[in-house]
Amino acid sequence: MEPILQVQNLTHTYSVGTPFEHVALDGMNFSVERGEFIGIIGHTGSGKSTLMQHLNGLLKPTSGKVLLDGKDIWSDKKLTRQARFRVGLVFQYPEYQLFEETVYKDISFGPKNMGLSKEEIDRRVREAAGFVGLTEDQLQVSPFDLSGGQKRRVAIAGVIAMEPEVLILDEPTAGLDPVGREEILANIQAYRRAKNATIMMVSHSMNDVARLTDRLLVLNGAHIAMDGTPEQVFARARELEEMGLDIPEVTRVFLRLQEMGLPVEPVYTMDQAVAALKRLKEGNAHA
Amino acid sequence: MLKDITLGQFFPGNSAIHRLDPRTKLVMLVVYIVALFVAVSWVSYGVMAAFLILAVAISRIPPKNIVRGMKPLVIILIFTGILNVFFTEGSHVLVSFWKLKITLEGLERAFFMMIRILMLITGTFLLTYTTSPIALTDGLESLLNPLKIIKVPVHELSMMMCIALRFIPTLIEETDKIMSAQKARGADFETGKLMQRVKALIPILVPLFISAFRRADELATAMECRCYHGGEGRTKMKLLRYMRRDYLTYGVGILLLAAIITLAVFGL
Repeated sequence: MEPILQVQNLTHTYSVGTPFEHVALDGMNFSVERGEFIGIIGHTGSGKSTLMQHLNGLLKPTSGKVLLDGKDIWSDKKLTRQARFRVGLVFQYPEYQLFEETVYKDISFGPKNMGLSKEEIDRRVREAAGFVGLTEDQLQVSPFDLSGGQKRRVAIAGVIAMEPEVLILDEPTAGLDPVGREEILANIQAYRRAKNATIMMVSHSMNDVARLTDRLLVLNGAHIAMDGTPEQVFARARELEEMGLDIPEVTRVFLRLQEMGLPVEPVYTMDQAVAALKRLKEGNAHA
Repeated sequence: MLKDITLGQFFPGNSAIHRLDPRTKLVMLVVYIVALFVAVSWVSYGVMAAFLILAVAISRIPPKNIVRGMKPLVIILIFTGILNVFFTEGSHVLVSFWKLKITLEGLERAFFMMIRILMLITGTFLLTYTTSPIALTDGLESLLNPLKIIKVPVHELSMMMCIALRFIPTLIEETDKIMSAQKARGADFETGKLMQRVKALIPILVPLFISAFRRADELATAMECRCYHGGEGRTKMKLLRYMRRDYLTYGVGILLLAAIITLAVFGL
C-alpha cells in the first residue's frame, strides 16, 4: 500500500531576501506508512515545528513536495484544505488556543469547520471527549474553569474530533506532572488503536519515545540525521549526544554496564532492562 | 505574515544616530515635524527631503526596511490623495465630470499632503528604528519630568509605555501561533463575507486577550516580588548625559527650523 505521507526534497526558508533569511528545512525526504507511531526528536531549532506545519499544509514549502495519499497537497486548494482535516496538528501548549464558552463547543469547532451534520458533530465530540477521558458533565463547563492538564486534554480532543488519519503532536506532555503525562500518552494510544491512526509525536522525553514509538526521526540542523527503530537510533548514543540529545536513562545505565565488562546488550525500555537483568542473573546461577 | 509588520521596531546598530541621546532624538523629531508643517513650497520641501535623506543615510538603516514599514499605510496615503484631489477649490480646472472636478491646485495639494505624510512617517520610523524602546521611554520620562510639578504621574506613564512596547512583538508572535492552531482546526480567515470574517476573529481574540491578561498578572507579580513601588527614589542604570554630538544635532535642528521659517516668510 502507498505510504500515507511522503515528503520529497522538502526545503523551507524563512524571511527570504532579508538579513534574517534562515533555512529551517533543507531537502528532507521520508515517508510515513499507515498506522506507524513515529517519534520526532531534535534539539530546539532543528526544524521540528517547521516540518510539522508542512505536513498539514499550514506552511508552504519553499521547494519540494508533501504528498498525502500520493497527491501533492499544494496542487489544488481543496486538497490543501482537506490536508488540514486529514492530518491533525496539536501544537505545543494547545490549551492556549481554547476560546469557547463550553468544552463541548470548543471541541466541536474543528468538526463544524468541516461542514459535518449536527448529529455527526455530536457523535464526534462525545467520542473525542471519551478518548481523552472527559466526563459528560465536563462537556458543559467553561474550559477556563478546568485544570491545566484537563485544558490540554480538551485541546487535544478538539483535534481528535476531526478524526484525522494522521495525528501530529508537538510535545503533548510538556509542563505536565507525571500522572498527567501518562494519561495524555494513554489517550493518544487509545485513539491510535481505535482508528488505526498514524501518530507523529515530537518529544524531548527519550524515555517516552523509546517506550511508545516504532520509529524515530532525528532532526539536526535542518536535516534528518537518523531514521530508524528506537533500537537502531539509540544504538548510536554517542552521535546523539554530540547533537545535544539525550538517550533513555536505562540505555545509559546499560552502556555503562557494558563498559564495566558485563555481558549485556544495550536496551532502551524498562521492560527490556528487566528481562536482560533476569537473563544475566539466570546466566550467573547456571555458571 | 504578521511578522512582517515592522511598525516601530528597533533595528540595532551603532551609527551616529543610534548613539545620540534619546532626548535629542525626541526633540529633533518634534522640530522636524513642526518644520514639516511650516514648509509650504517646493524649495522648503526640498530642504526637508534633503535633511531626511541625509539622516537615513547616516543611520545606515536599509531603505528597504523603511519602505516595508510603509505598506500598512498605503490605504491612508491613497485616501488622503483622493480627498485632496477632489475637494480642493481651484481655478485651473483640468478635468471635470458629474459634480467633481480635478484642478491643478488640487493635484499639487494632494501631492504635497502625500509627501508630507510619507516624510512624517519616515521621520518617526527613524526614531523608533534607531532607539531601543527602553531608551525611548527613558528619554520621554526625562523630557516630561517638569510635569511632575502639576502632579502628572510621569514615571508611571513611561513605565506603562515601556511595558506596552516591550510586549508588542510577544503579542504578535502569540497571535501568529494562535492563528496557526485555529487554522489547523480548519478555521478560515481569508474567505467569506464581512460578518463571517469578523466572527472568524473570535477564536483568535479570545485566547489572545486571555493570554495578555495572564501575562500582565505574571508581570505584576514578578515586579512586586522585586519590590517595585514606582519612581520614588529609583536610580537609573543608564544615566542620560548630553555629549558634543547632541549639542551639534540641536544646532542643526535650530538651523533647519530657522531656514524653513525664513523660506515660509518669503513665501517660498
